[in-house]
Amino acid sequence: MTEPILSVTNLTKRFGGFVALDGVDVSLGDKERLGLIGPNGSGKTTLINCISGALYNEQGKVNFEGSDVTGTTASSRAKLGIIRTFQIPRPFRSMTIIENLLIPMEYAASGRMESRNLRDQAMESLEIVGLQDRADENSANLTQIDMRRLELARALSAKPSLLLSDETMAGLSSSEVDEVLDILFALNGRGVAVIMIEHIMRAVMKYSERIVVLDAGKKIADGSPDEIVNNRDVERAYLGE
Amino acid sequence: MKLNKFWFIIAAVFLIGIAFTMVADNEFYFYATYAVMQLMIMGIAWNILGGFTGYVNFGSGGFFAAGAYTTVFLHRAFDAPPLLIAVLVAPMVCGLIGLGVGYFTLRLKGVYFAIATLAVAIILETIVVNWEFVGGAGGYYLLIPENVVFFDSYIEWLFVLILAITLIAIIVSRYLNSSKIGQGLAAIRDDELAAESMGVPTLKLKLISTTVMGGLMGAAGAPFPYFITFVEPVSAFNLLVAVMAIAVPMIGGTASWIGPVIGGLLLGTIQETVTVNISSELNLLIVGVVLVGFISLAPQGITGLYQDFMRKRRKGND
Amino acid sequence: MIELFINAVVAGVLLGGFYAAVALGLSIVFGRLDIVNIAHPAFVIIGSYMAFYVNENFGLDPIVTSFLFLPVFFLLGIVMYRFYYVCFERTGQESLSGLAYFFGIMFIIEVLIILVYGVDYRNVQAPYIGHSLWINDWIPLGDFRVSLPYRMLVPFVVAAVVTGGVYLYLSKTYLGRAILAVSQDRVALQLMGANPIKVKQWAFGIAIATAAIAGALLIVIHPVEPSVGRLYIGRVFAIVILGGMGSISGTFFAALMIGIAETLISTFIGPSWAPAAAYGILLVTLAVRPQGLFGRA
Ligand SMILES: Nc1ncnc2c1ncn2[C@@H]1O[C@H](COP(=O)(O)OP(=O)(O)OP(=O)(O)O)[C@@H](O)[C@H]1O
Ligand SMILES: [Mg+2]
Repeated sequence: MTEPILSVTNLTKRFGGFVALDGVDVSLGDKERLGLIGPNGSGKTTLINCISGALYNEQGKVNFEGSDVTGTTASSRAKLGIIRTFQIPRPFRSMTIIENLLIPMEYAASGRMESRNLRDQAMESLEIVGLQDRADENSANLTQIDMRRLELARALSAKPSLLLSDETMAGLSSSEVDEVLDILFALNGRGVAVIMIEHIMRAVMKYSERIVVLDAGKKIADGSPDEIVNNRDVERAYLGE
Repeated sequence: MKLNKFWFIIAAVFLIGIAFTMVADNEFYFYATYAVMQLMIMGIAWNILGGFTGYVNFGSGGFFAAGAYTTVFLHRAFDAPPLLIAVLVAPMVCGLIGLGVGYFTLRLKGVYFAIATLAVAIILETIVVNWEFVGGAGGYYLLIPENVVFFDSYIEWLFVLILAITLIAIIVSRYLNSSKIGQGLAAIRDDELAAESMGVPTLKLKLISTTVMGGLMGAAGAPFPYFITFVEPVSAFNLLVAVMAIAVPMIGGTASWIGPVIGGLLLGTIQETVTVNISSELNLLIVGVVLVGFISLAPQGITGLYQDFMRKRRKGND
Repeated sequence: MIELFINAVVAGVLLGGFYAAVALGLSIVFGRLDIVNIAHPAFVIIGSYMAFYVNENFGLDPIVTSFLFLPVFFLLGIVMYRFYYVCFERTGQESLSGLAYFFGIMFIIEVLIILVYGVDYRNVQAPYIGHSLWINDWIPLGDFRVSLPYRMLVPFVVAAVVTGGVYLYLSKTYLGRAILAVSQDRVALQLMGANPIKVKQWAFGIAIATAAIAGALLIVIHPVEPSVGRLYIGRVFAIVILGGMGSISGTFFAALMIGIAETLISTFIGPSWAPAAAYGILLVTLAVRPQGLFGRA
């Protein structure tokens, strides 16, 4: 494995007395596709929050591209290319769909944008998720599914070098799941590392080169999809033996 | 094209204002328009933080009064320096207060922020009440200089001054609204966490917002002691200031820079007319009723109504 | 010195009890329903004027009057919430518009009172106003003289009883528990089979009803003019936040604390500094412990 793009060491996150993450180590190689799974409430979103800077972790370290980003703001991490989507979509509701994409273009990716017209570049992201015909519609009135599309398009326009995708496919039909998988494969093909949280096993298994399993805040397994499928601990966590 | 039109109007309004001082000599007009413009500045200032950024500020009275009392302090400490100096210093003082308040309360969301600003205003008031140097609870008289260069009377000079401040406030507000900063502020208003995740440096932008808000409020307050010649804490820190500053953009529309300009013109004119012709109590009642009426029936304000109207008309033409 | 201190603390406790009565309704509405009713003190002032009107014309005790008027205030609260719900909550605009709405309501109330009664101070007559209970008559305290003016003591007792009553109501009855659950725990509310809008409406009614009592207490304590309510806005919000947002017992203790802080500052630094006490404590609290002093962490 090449020099890791992301390495999380001994990360612990508490909410009051409750330990949501307990000494988690995760590392991610350059251009790697990592699946992150675990039962509900196991701490997947919390881990994403700590990596992206939305939450501060009191213990542990987050290294990105060789530098320590622990304790830096989410916006500065976004500028470095750590971009996340939200499990529950959070569009900028007063803005149109395309205006939603202009925010990350102006901020997160401001130093990395091509000099072409921003709107054209935003349209390209919209085309990828299939929202190109609705660019000027208000984002507040979208259906849940379209909001997920927007969530993904907005993340794409931030020009991530590491995409943290939090259940982008929840609620999508089987063919739509394949579409999103294609988008994420294409993104990865352009050199973007991806951490994918997903409950849809078919998608995770197909997409991931490696899978990390969380249970009650602890990492219980880390390996190739085949290894994970045959792991006794994972089975126990999911079936709640 | 659009840019030029804007600057043309700004310049034209300023020149018309100057011309007005040369032709009109009924002082009432200047007092009335002064009051309207003061209101407009406060609305514009409030809207930068409240409308653009989504942080409701109940403490406008505190910032306004801090501006007024900066003038009083300079008047007392340096033996009545020219008002222009106060008008330059007050925004800096109040901008700094805004920065401090922003920094201190930046972790607070929504209502907590609103209550904290109210708290700041009351603490400032308490300090002024107990500060004998600026007149304490009793207030402070300020003699208006008898000679004014260029103008026929002091109120004309005050009028031109507040006109200039108003135009600057509009320029600043329009810049913040339509620039990259404005987009960032709108993102913060819609969803702060999502904004931060998309690279918007929310802390920095919020501090810019509170600082500019404070500075403009202070600028509105700086000439106030000369306008009424007697300042005392109760009227300077009046909660009414806070209500008016909120009412102006709520009536005009909070999303864009033009909203508080329209709201200020409308509400200010209604107020001056009612106060003069009927009574000042009724004036307050009207402000309350207009405010409640607008926010319940037309929550996007006049600019919102206008946009709806245009949208419908476009639909009709299709 | 010690005598002054003890008297100040005693006076602070009594004052704080009254503050608790004013903050009680807000604790429900703001703490539990997330509705920023900045006009709450204005409703308290309506309560004061109603007590004044009945006292002046019929000689009835102000506090008794306020209990008679509870249903009226309850209905007023329901109407207020209905309007708020239809205009703001339903359309999801409660944050900014809702705040401005209550700000406007506050001014309308204030001006209407001015138009009817003018801006003069009004007060009430009651047999207990003007007398004091001297602790020394009961407990031998040596040289210390500790007095409890009935004008403060009666409101304190009434406030404590009302606070206790609301506390019991919220924790022991079906609707009370629904109110506690309404904004925090939607699942529990669904399990209880309660309609959140009805629950909120009911809670708002109770909150405004407590304002009637607080208003009567206020005018017993000191004379009232229409804009006096403004002095209580920040203070009661401070109390509710310090008390941990919607915790009734927390609100009561926070109110006592603010009351004591104010009388101590009045006594030892000067009355003109007292208004800043609540706000200073609030700002420091918000900065270091946003969930309040007595709050759920
Ligand atoms: N801000 C918070 N405050 C308190 N507890 C929290 C907070 N965020 C998460 N938790 C708790 O931490 C635990 C992990 O939550 P998290 O959202 O990370 O789970 P998850 O693995 O993403 O679950 P899901 O599959 O349902 O999305 C849960 O028990 C949750 O209740
Ligand atoms: Mg999750």
